[in-house]
Amino acid sequence: MSQDPVPQTPDTASRHDPVYDELHAAPEFHELRRRYRAFVFPATIAFLVWYLLYVVLSMFAGDFMDAKVVGNINVALVFGLLQFATTFLIAWLYSQYSTKKLDPLARELDDRYIAAADGRGPRRGHA
Amino acid sequence: MDDQLLTTVLFLAVVALTLGITIWASRQTKTAADYYAGGRSFSGVQNGLAIGGDYMSAASFLGISGAIALTGYDGFLYSIGFLVAWLVALLLVAEMLRNSGRFTMADQLAYRMKQRPVRMAAATSTVVVSIFYLLAQMVGAGALVALLLGVDSQAVKNLVIVGVGALMVFYVTVGGMKGTTWVQIVKAVLLMAGSALIVVLVLAEFNFNLSELLGTAASNSAHGGAFLEPGIKYGVDLTSKLDFISLGLALVLGTAGLPHILIRFYTVPTSRDARKSVLWAITLIGIFYLFTLVLGFGAAAMLTGDKAAEVAASGGNLASPLLAEAVGGGDGSTGGAILLALIAAVAFATILAVVAGLTLASSTSVAHDIYNSVIKRGEATEKQEMKMTRIAAVVIGGVAIALAIPAQDLNIAFLVALAFAVAASANLPAIVYNMFWRRFNTRGAVWSIYGGLIAAVGLVFFSPVVSGSETALVTGSDWSWFPLSNPGLISIPVGFLLGYIGTVTSREPETEERFTELEVRALTGAGSEQAVQH
Repeated sequence: MSQDPVPQTPDTASRHDPVYDELHAAPEFHELRRRYRAFVFPATIAFLVWYLLYVVLSMFAGDFMDAKVVGNINVALVFGLLQFATTFLIAWLYSQYSTKKLDPLARELDDRYIAAADGRGPRRGHA
Repeated sequence: MDDQLLTTVLFLAVVALTLGITIWASRQTKTAADYYAGGRSFSGVQNGLAIGGDYMSAASFLGISGAIALTGYDGFLYSIGFLVAWLVALLLVAEMLRNSGRFTMADQLAYRMKQRPVRMAAATSTVVVSIFYLLAQMVGAGALVALLLGVDSQAVKNLVIVGVGALMVFYVTVGGMKGTTWVQIVKAVLLMAGSALIVVLVLAEFNFNLSELLGTAASNSAHGGAFLEPGIKYGVDLTSKLDFISLGLALVLGTAGLPHILIRFYTVPTSRDARKSVLWAITLIGIFYLFTLVLGFGAAAMLTGDKAAEVAASGGNLASPLLAEAVGGGDGSTGGAILLALIAAVAFATILAVVAGLTLASSTSVAHDIYNSVIKRGEATEKQEMKMTRIAAVVIGGVAIALAIPAQDLNIAFLVALAFAVAASANLPAIVYNMFWRRFNTRGAVWSIYGGLIAAVGLVFFSPVVSGSETALVTGSDWSWFPLSNPGLISIPVGFLLGYIGTVTSREPETEERFTELEVRALTGAGSEQAVQH
């Protein structure tokens, strides 16, 4: 079973496994972190700005938001629905990106960790 | 009377179904990982449904459609914040939390910091957020069930609150995470199916022409064309506009700091499944909020005269149920009675699933963080810790019942927004700094959590919500000086700022060393908790 106690020695940061230092120094890890941040940082800033723009315009740009687009459908409704569309789009893009660009590197590094751990006895947390 | 009977029968069916699930789940729960994290063996789809079930509260289902029915476009503003917020969870939180923690939000902080202070802080904010949210849900449940059953008796409301409290304690103590998850999955399916049915029936009335639906809604409302434009509720003056921006900020940043949502990421085998579950949750929640748009404007368009007055008298909560009755054939028809009872039962299931998630999150944190790590210094056995979780669930359930019964006469609708504000001000800064800032340390984490918590709660205490307005909690005296009802605009920056100041004024080099390990583990999953093999 997988239940060993929580790794902790009270009141200090707990024990350190040197295999993490090796993985941290690996070029693959640097590439993984770079790719991860290259997506999520700009994407987060973009959707937050886009959302706040919507909120602020809804409160302070009545004339713009109230303009009719077609029939009874106004800019405010289209803008609101666009927030749904961009949320779905960013989520979908991230799922594509992470499957292609992040998962292979993460798996490779995890495999190295397992190999290193197997050399020193059973893997912590493994069933 | 027959309508009430039908509704009651369906309510009891929901209760029986969830009790059956809980007992079944309890037979499969053996270890701590089973109890707290469902053995980490739920699939991405299952967990996505459960997240939807955990998140879409009665406040969303009845509250947002009701807000749209009464205030038009401004009701829709809420749902957008509730949805966009999931991108924060997807991009910054879900996967890394899955890889670096075990059972609670505090695990991820304690990974590289002094155990006791950060766990105490994280558990405090977890319990505060959960209790606020829980109180709002339970008071809502009392009023709602009485409303749905068509009885207006204080005894029935009290009985419902006690009943809901007893049920949530039962789900959590007996079924643990596995039972709670299945209750949430069933609820999500019922909610999506029930609302999809009403949405299709409403759209059919308007020949699937959205513009026609909106036009009818606007002309039947008291506001005319303005009903379709932002501003009826929040556009009154500068204060109300800033108040909404403050609320919008708390909604979008708070979701990824809600403890009952965070613990759901531990129930899947890998971080890839955590990602997949958020993708499913985004899909479900997005579709659901599009449904509420149709339900809200549909109610405004189709409910007129007495029925519209009933919706207004219920604060909007009856908009969806009465709309269901109308599309089923109207008052007095069999179809109307069946659909009304169905939607009422769905709303009831919705409440149960959410309160179960909140009780589980808070009692797990009390046992895992406070009891085991702070009091027992990590020496408690799994058995002792699980026993303490069950005791904590009973106590939290008891406290929630004891607070909810007298709170019924108070205007506590602000508590849900406050829970989001606390999550955004206290929890999110700590989580984000911890994952992305090497230097972040114990003092930074403790300051940001307590600072964000105190700022959010304190500002609300000095706001017109608590004193000095017609709808205030306390009448008769006025100590308010903070003009906004939503503290997020100030308290979120305060949480981030205190996290920064706390960090740079403290030298604690070991957290930087442990950050290396945390970063590798969070991004690669190396050494993360594995699923239980049965």
